[in-house]
Amino acid sequence: MKGLRAQLVRAFQPDTQADRVVPPSGFTAQLTLFAAGAMAFLAVFALALSLAAGRLAEQWGSELARSATIRIAAPDDQQQAQTNAALRILETTRGVAQARALSNEEQAALLAPWFGAELELDSLPVPRLIEVIETEEGMDAAGLRLRLAAEVPGAMLDDHSRWRAPLVKAASRLKMLGWVSSVLIAAVTAAMVTLAANAALAANAQVISVLRLVGATDDYIARAFIRRFTLRALIGALVGMVLGMIAVLLLPGGEDETASFLTGLGFQGLHWLVPLLIPPLAAAVAFIATRMAARRTLESPT
Amino acid sequence: MIELENVAYSYGGGELLSDISLKLAPGSFHFLTGPSGSGKTTLMKLCYGALLPTAGHVRLFDRDVRAMTRDDVALLRRRMGVVHQDCQFLDHLTLSQNIALPLHASGRSAEAAGEDLEDLMHWVGLTERSAALPPELSGGERQRAALARAVIMSPDVVLADEPTGNVDWDMSQRLLRLLIELNRMGKTVLVATHDLGLIRATKAHVQARVLRIANRRIQLAGADL
Ligand SMILES: Nc1ncnc2c1ncn2[C@@H]1O[C@H](COP(=O)(O)OP(=O)(O)O)[C@@H](O)[C@H]1O
Ligand SMILES: [Mg+2]
Repeated sequence: MKGLRAQLVRAFQPDTQADRVVPPSGFTAQLTLFAAGAMAFLAVFALALSLAAGRLAEQWGSELARSATIRIAAPDDQQQAQTNAALRILETTRGVAQARALSNEEQAALLAPWFGAELELDSLPVPRLIEVIETEEGMDAAGLRLRLAAEVPGAMLDDHSRWRAPLVKAASRLKMLGWVSSVLIAAVTAAMVTLAANAALAANAQVISVLRLVGATDDYIARAFIRRFTLRALIGALVGMVLGMIAVLLLPGGEDETASFLTGLGFQGLHWLVPLLIPPLAAAVAFIATRMAARRTLESPT
Repeated sequence: MIELENVAYSYGGGELLSDISLKLAPGSFHFLTGPSGSGKTTLMKLCYGALLPTAGHVRLFDRDVRAMTRDDVALLRRRMGVVHQDCQFLDHLTLSQNIALPLHASGRSAEAAGEDLEDLMHWVGLTERSAALPPELSGGERQRAALARAVIMSPDVVLADEPTGNVDWDMSQRLLRLLIELNRMGKTVLVATHDLGLIRATKAHVQARVLRIANRRIQLAGADL
């Protein structure tokens, strides 16, 4: 562990001579930079997807879970009586914090988008809506349904769970997929750095044997390679992350944050700090991958 | 400082070297000779810990090589200057950077040793070539550079494998003189060469013992050389 820490420290200490020990390799260097950049770019989107999906799942879960609607569809002369009956039942139902019948004006506002503002509600057999706000513990929807069926024949309880559940589930699944993608991106980065480091180690077999001859320890030899790949991954990922964040910033958003999943894709508030973790993580992945590759090469008999 | 006890070595086929016992005392000068393919390079590698014996014991500075880690061997190399048969360099670094490489690899700054480095370059006659890249050097220059690199850490022992491998007679004399000088400074020297003429020419200047590999074994060659 002590060796690891010392290596970590040295990986970022400027040491031009150590850098010179391994000949510069233009093309592999560019490829590593590019790969790290591309992966960081993708990682920004995977994170944006995860965080946005997580936000959505939470919103749908919490806002809607606390509310339900009862619809009273009864002949005109019975509607008011049935509405009162339903409200009475609700008053004695456990888990109901608040229940209230919507006024005509409120119902008109709800219907306006479909029928236009000039709608005369009185002229239509529109059901009365009761808005139910649940307490923290929530209510027993099935039990309430039974009582309503017995006493208020025209009542229909809609606790939103039927259409809410699959949405929340889909959002949670998307969130998970986003995280899985992030992990995969990290793994692919590790794999690519390993391949590039192995190629560099193999191409520099003579350099390694000369260093051995002059009394270089494994650490010294590994350091030159580790430094290179760690710095390349860091720089590549930094560029990729900045470009990715710009791309997310430029995504068209809706004025209403709950408007839709697509316009909600992006970062909010402190979540903007999450992608800043990508470059150091990429560097850490490259550090570990190169260190392991160098270990393997140096330990294999020559 | 270098001690071999009943050492045998085989690359996988039959034994190339058998039952070799040998002790290099501090300050001694030894030649190792034998026909090409007899195992001189192999024996040298056993002496600097690049190969492990398949039987017997090799002790370097009183430590058994089998008990050493790779890093132990690396630290050992700082006390043993080795001139490889095929002297390899880092071809992208200049000659002086190459010669200073052991300093850097051991964590000493090349700047601190700046003067030593200049003296050393002068000693091997490569001052003018210090900015050249190794591929631009002649065979003799490479051999001298390899020798300079081998001694920059002021090691106790210098092992040189065919240091006059591909240079002309005058140059080989010059290289040998450098090795004799090192020996006079108190360093233990072991030179592997198949060139008996070189050995004869050297014996006038230094008290050298000649080890000959024959029939897989090592013999102390007589005065008939
Ligand atoms: N790495 C190796 N693997 C297998 N055989 C080897 C290896 N190195 C040397 N040999 C064989 O061992 C023998 C002795 O080689 P070497 O020690 O180089 O002899 P010398 O230096 O006296 O010419 C040769 O026959 C050579 O082919
Ligand atoms: Mg040889």
